[in-house]
Amino acid sequence: MDYNMLWFVLVGILFAGYAMLDGFDLGVGALILRIDDDHERRVFYNAIGPVWDGNEVWLVTGGGALFAAFPPVYATVFSGFYMAFMLLLFALIFRAVAIEFRSKEPWPWWRRWWDRGFCAGSTTASLLIGVAMGNIVWGIPLDANGEFAGTFLGLLHPYALLMGVTTVVLFMMHGAIYLHLKTEGTLQAKVRSWINPLIIAFIVCFALTTLATLLYVPRMVRILQAQPALFGVVVALVLVVANLPREIHRNRDAAAFVSSCLTMLLLMALFGLGMFPHLVYSVPDPAHSLTAYNASSTGKTLKIMSIIAAIGVPIVLAYTISVYYIFRGKVKVGKDSY
Amino acid sequence: MNVEILSRIQFAFTIAFHYIFPPLTIGLGLLLVMMEGMWLRTRNPLYHNMARFWTKIFGLIFGLGVATGIVMEFEFGTNWATYSRFVGDIFGSALAAEGIFAFFLESGFLAILLFGWDKVGPKMHFFATCMVALGAHFSAVWIIVANSWQQTPAGSHLEVNGQPVAGHLFDKADLGHARMVIDDFWEVVFNPSSMDRLGHTLIGAWLAGAFLVISVAAYYLIRRRHVTFAATSLKFGIALALVASLLSLATGHESAAGVARNQPSKMAAMEGLWQTGPAAPLHPFGWVDVAGGRTMGPAIPAGLSLLVGGSADHVVTGLNDIPPDLRPPIQATFQCFHLMVGVGMTLIGLSLWGGWLWWRGGLEKLDGKATRWFLWLAVPSVLLPQIANQAGWFTAEIGRQPWIVWGYLRTSEGLSAVVTANQVLGSLIGFGLIYLLLFVLFLFLLNRKIQHGPEPMEESHSLPENWLKQHRA
Repeated sequence: MDYNMLWFVLVGILFAGYAMLDGFDLGVGALILRIDDDHERRVFYNAIGPVWDGNEVWLVTGGGALFAAFPPVYATVFSGFYMAFMLLLFALIFRAVAIEFRSKEPWPWWRRWWDRGFCAGSTTASLLIGVAMGNIVWGIPLDANGEFAGTFLGLLHPYALLMGVTTVVLFMMHGAIYLHLKTEGTLQAKVRSWINPLIIAFIVCFALTTLATLLYVPRMVRILQAQPALFGVVVALVLVVANLPREIHRNRDAAAFVSSCLTMLLLMALFGLGMFPHLVYSVPDPAHSLTAYNASSTGKTLKIMSIIAAIGVPIVLAYTISVYYIFRGKVKVGKDSY
Repeated sequence: MNVEILSRIQFAFTIAFHYIFPPLTIGLGLLLVMMEGMWLRTRNPLYHNMARFWTKIFGLIFGLGVATGIVMEFEFGTNWATYSRFVGDIFGSALAAEGIFAFFLESGFLAILLFGWDKVGPKMHFFATCMVALGAHFSAVWIIVANSWQQTPAGSHLEVNGQPVAGHLFDKADLGHARMVIDDFWEVVFNPSSMDRLGHTLIGAWLAGAFLVISVAAYYLIRRRHVTFAATSLKFGIALALVASLLSLATGHESAAGVARNQPSKMAAMEGLWQTGPAAPLHPFGWVDVAGGRTMGPAIPAGLSLLVGGSADHVVTGLNDIPPDLRPPIQATFQCFHLMVGVGMTLIGLSLWGGWLWWRGGLEKLDGKATRWFLWLAVPSVLLPQIANQAGWFTAEIGRQPWIVWGYLRTSEGLSAVVTANQVLGSLIGFGLIYLLLFVLFLFLLNRKIQHGPEPMEESHSLPENWLKQHRA
């Protein structure tokens, strides 16, 4: 494995980490209006309270790693998706301050409006992330200089929107499974009643996306044809999704959550396998595509970053796990809470 | 307006707004370490109560810093794509290191700092507080390394179409295919300006935190509310302010000497110096007649030569020897720089005055005339480090013009090729509205927290002593 491939994988892992972690935050946001009681809503906020901004750091670091390892990709995608990324920023800012401000005042109108903002921000952010992924899979028009040659509206084609909706549903499912872990009593029963419909909705969306991918973007599965052993990833994905209702049925919250995280990781693995070595696939002219080899930083920078990652990542993982461990168990709303 | 002006306004606006918050968390983080450290040493519940109260303020500020900070990272790519391609090989590593070493550290341990009072023991909590403060300092390290490399590039060379190029110049037709390539990571990190600027920036941040505490504590003392709490907080603030304001003078001096060495056109604009030569004068304040090529105002003869070179014979480059298209906007650079210096001197004065009152026991006698004057002036003083920090960055960044990477790439060349003026105008309006709302809400909630004040001490039911009792039982 060379450094270019290593960083292709590492950027993928950072974004997968973001999906796994902030995915449930965004899902909780999308679900917040499903319940009406103020105390129960506070339980939702405090379920993600200690961890949400650490989770968002995965996006910042993923973006930073993309910038560092593949500057032309970062530049092309961020400038090409200008409007979409500005909307994403507005949604993320709004959502962050909704969490911060919401429970600082007792007034019902105040809390109602922040709850709506939190829901809208979370849903919009999930949708936009999905649409962006959809466009990356589908391919975007690039010119000979590797610059984006399309339009904002051109990014909103049916395949990308389908991927957007799938992402919203996936994050809602992941969020509900996380909430099941953090709640108890009648609230947990309520959350539990959402999980199976969300799993079914996700399977429907995922089946449609898969079908559309097979029909319209067959290059995404070429690697599976070439290397049948990799079909094991698909088998594993189907098994972990099938495992979700089973673990919920048996009341094994933690196992269900791990399964849901693995779902994200395996989806990302499939995405990465299908894309490699492309980071941005150019349609209609694939010769303009940006790859892990023609759009990377120098070998020296990739090596330096590998050293930074080798020192930093184990430390980050150690204390991230510690924080989740310290805040394990059911949510108790107290005076330090959101 | 064209896309260049709009993109510059948007970046300046979003980063200036963001920069209200990180200095406060850096400075306040350090104070939290001091307060909680004192509590662990003395077990005096007063210090514990202080740490609790200031942690709440810290949490509010930190939230705003996170929400507005993610914007910067996006904007490099959205608005400055050509620049991003040009510097990615160097800038990117610093940004990635920032994420891995600083942001994760801060946000991970922040959870324990804010919500972990009852979940972990006092020593572990103190450790978390230290890690948050350390993370805040680290985040300054990497971003300033990256910015300083833009100001004084080192440890790298230019490459066009994959071929190394000697010197700074390349054909502008190759703009999209030119980039800076790293030679030596440590030379990039320790480029000629990074350590001076890092020191000066961090100390500016300490001042921001110190004067926030001083201001709120003075307000309580004037109102005779939470007197013991406020007087003790005030002392913590003054202690840090004294150290920081004097260090700020020293680091500021080093930075200025560095600018004179490495970026002579910036120095000339900062001081409105036109004529190259020894015995360059220093203007404490003034107005630059840009068209007439002279600077009006009182001047200290040979002051600038003495300050940057240590001798009146030191030759300082003047604007007349810098081609007009390589000069930064002179008036703005001059005025921002002088504003920063003037405010900085005021801060030194206030800190010394506070220290003197403390030494003479004036902080115990709230009715004393000098003390009352000091307290009244201390309340609005929270704005001063903010003004100085902003003015300092405006000096650094306006003075860097026309370069985005000094000597290599002009700001106008760093733009995204595919982004239009209307798109930037749209996003700029969006940021304007959202940030206005955020700022109003921030002040409102900050004020509510201050009005609410610290918890009465007997109600501090989650004192770590209680935690110890619970866990022993």
